[in-house]
Amino acid sequence: MNFIYFDNSATTKPHKEVIEEVADCMEKYYGNPSSIHKLGLDAEKKLKEARERVAGLIGAAAGEIYFTSGGSESNNMAILGVLSPGDHIIASQIEHPSVIMLLKALQKENYEVTYLDVDKNGIADTEQLKDSIKDNTRLVTIMHVNNEIGSIQPISRIASIIRDRNKRTKFHVDAVQALGKLPLNVKQLDVDMLSISAHKIHGPKGAGALYMKKGLVLKPLIFGGGQEGSLRSGTENLPSISGFGIAAQIAGTDMQGKADKVKELKAYFIKRLQEIDKVVINSLMDEMHIPNILNAAFEGVRGEVLLHALEDYGIYVSTGSACSSRNSKHSNYVLSAIGLKSSYLEGAVRFSFSYENTKEEIDTAIEALKKILPFLRRMRK
Amino acid sequence: MKRLLVKYSSEITLKGLNRRIFEDALIRNIKVSIGKEHTIEKESGRMFIYTASSDLAQKLVKVFGIISVAEAEVVEKEIQDISRAAIEQLKSIVNVRTFKVETKRADKRFPIASMDVSRLVGGEILKNIEGIKVDVHKPDIIVNVEIRDKGYVYTKEYKGVGGLPYKSSGKGILLLSGGIDSPVAGYMLARRGMELTAVYYHSHPYTSERAKEKVIDLAKKLAEYTGSMKLYVVPFTRIQMEIMEKCREDELTIIMRRFMMSIAQEIACRENALALVTGESLGQVASQTLESMYVTNSDITMPVFRPLIGMDKVDIMDVSRKIGTYDTSILPYEDCCTVFVPKHPKTKPKLKDIKNSEQKLSVEELIKEAADGAEIILL
Repeated sequence: MNFIYFDNSATTKPHKEVIEEVADCMEKYYGNPSSIHKLGLDAEKKLKEARERVAGLIGAAAGEIYFTSGGSESNNMAILGVLSPGDHIIASQIEHPSVIMLLKALQKENYEVTYLDVDKNGIADTEQLKDSIKDNTRLVTIMHVNNEIGSIQPISRIASIIRDRNKRTKFHVDAVQALGKLPLNVKQLDVDMLSISAHKIHGPKGAGALYMKKGLVLKPLIFGGGQEGSLRSGTENLPSISGFGIAAQIAGTDMQGKADKVKELKAYFIKRLQEIDKVVINSLMDEMHIPNILNAAFEGVRGEVLLHALEDYGIYVSTGSACSSRNSKHSNYVLSAIGLKSSYLEGAVRFSFSYENTKEEIDTAIEALKKILPFLRRMRK
Repeated sequence: MKRLLVKYSSEITLKGLNRRIFEDALIRNIKVSIGKEHTIEKESGRMFIYTASSDLAQKLVKVFGIISVAEAEVVEKEIQDISRAAIEQLKSIVNVRTFKVETKRADKRFPIASMDVSRLVGGEILKNIEGIKVDVHKPDIIVNVEIRDKGYVYTKEYKGVGGLPYKSSGKGILLLSGGIDSPVAGYMLARRGMELTAVYYHSHPYTSERAKEKVIDLAKKLAEYTGSMKLYVVPFTRIQMEIMEKCREDELTIIMRRFMMSIAQEIACRENALALVTGESLGQVASQTLESMYVTNSDITMPVFRPLIGMDKVDIMDVSRKIGTYDTSILPYEDCCTVFVPKHPKTKPKLKDIKNSEQKLSVEELIKEAADGAEIILL
């Protein structure tokens, strides 16, 4: 059966070129990049090539890219790497669980955390940021694009506020959902660290990276053989990393064209959603939200039930973020933070697009929703 | 040479003229469990399986009807050979300080009496293993000797689950939810030899595919004991919607349960089964009060077995852990019973009221439609 994949913020379908690169690497470049013989050297060259490609996508130098297993590891590495007991950290309320859960754990130890409020668009309060930076504020960590509602934080402005208030404060940005969707330049954004992941840009799973500004020193999470500048030991996952390189290269090509296409899709989807009653759009069509994410809440249904019902039509979506959709305990903190009414809170569904989606697919989804919703809403008493 | 010595329930050996039926069922089940290629020999109260591999024993201890499985060394019926095997086995075990020899002489033509065999073998052990002592009350290790066609010596014996051979006591329909109780109920009756077919009520899209996978996993766990399991996945959404729309909210659960029982009975008829099996425990939840069970039972004409009826939840959980279903049962996927829960379900429903409410539904048609629409999975 043909299916419609509207869950591109959970993960994306790898490009053919990526799959070929991964297979090619496994077949021909299985040497250990640390080995000093020729096979090792060949593998090391592959690694270098991938590092340059990934660096190119975010305007970094190759030497500033440290490969990891993905976004969650990059976030953990950045945060734990710069902190010492007694430090103060600032984050937004709507960070990814890999940041929020870590900060919650740190709060139980000798660390202080300030969570910035977000407005109804999901944008962090920069005035509150100004007031929150203290002498012992060692780190500000803010996500570039929110994974559930697609809100875009004003990274440059936040950076200049930080630089203005405390020279010792480091700025980390979780850019997992921004990569490939927004033009990213670490120099222009003036960030110290930036987390990215391959599988959100049609690359393989199991590869990600942390950009770390030259001169910065981090404590490693994983000790060992000294790979990745001793910051992240362990034999490199060369096939996935090399696939990441290819995915980065493709993502950097015609980024505007792809973004325009996705923008058109979202606008069309929102327009057609007007045919359905009692829907709230949590990620508007404006410059404060990326076009790739459309979060809509349907009153009187449960998101999870709607998800399974859409599945019958071969349409795959998400409730909340994929990482949390099986755990109701912390699935809705983002939507609560933007002040969504409780009658809509349960009925939120995230449609997330890739430029490979089509208008016809949206038509199919709208028709399916029109059939499903009256049926599901019957159950309300 | 090694053989597995399988002891089976004395209940089976006491079955008189029907004994063959039970023994044949046991042999059939053993073959399902370990594969047909192994030769099984039957002797009074014992079966012998020729094998070199001891992981067969781990499969056998899950076969209902088996009391224990021992890895026996087979030797000539000579005190010398028996003693040598016993000494070897004791030496291979670390830190044995005390032992005792127990002998069973099935071959009455063997000239030495059981007590004397024990004494003679025990004497050889004392002579050959330094520092070891006899303790007839609480020995570290019991050396078992059985005199049959050959001499059998064993110190390692795995406890089986007991009960009666599966499929030797008729067939029943198990109402299997994703919870802790129903797999335990099924296990208990399967252990008494009842062949089971399981029924699960699926409320797509209100319950996820993962909830269904979970029930399939539970049925597979039961199949580790029974050898196989047939599972009916019954579409239940339409029935729930009809009840929600047409009946009182506080009657939802009880009417739903009545449908579940009736559909199970319908499937029982189609499967030639003679009973229903549920995991109900008196007073555990609203639908398990005596009043509720009276109402859910009233349209059912076949016996309904509720083996957990007098057990506390903690005891049920213990069995669940022991049989290996607990970790699956506690996975947090919603099942059809938890998705639609009235705020205050009736705990003392009246049959007359409930039957009145059901007038608004085309009960028979709904039951037939659900049973017809079931997906049948063989595990």
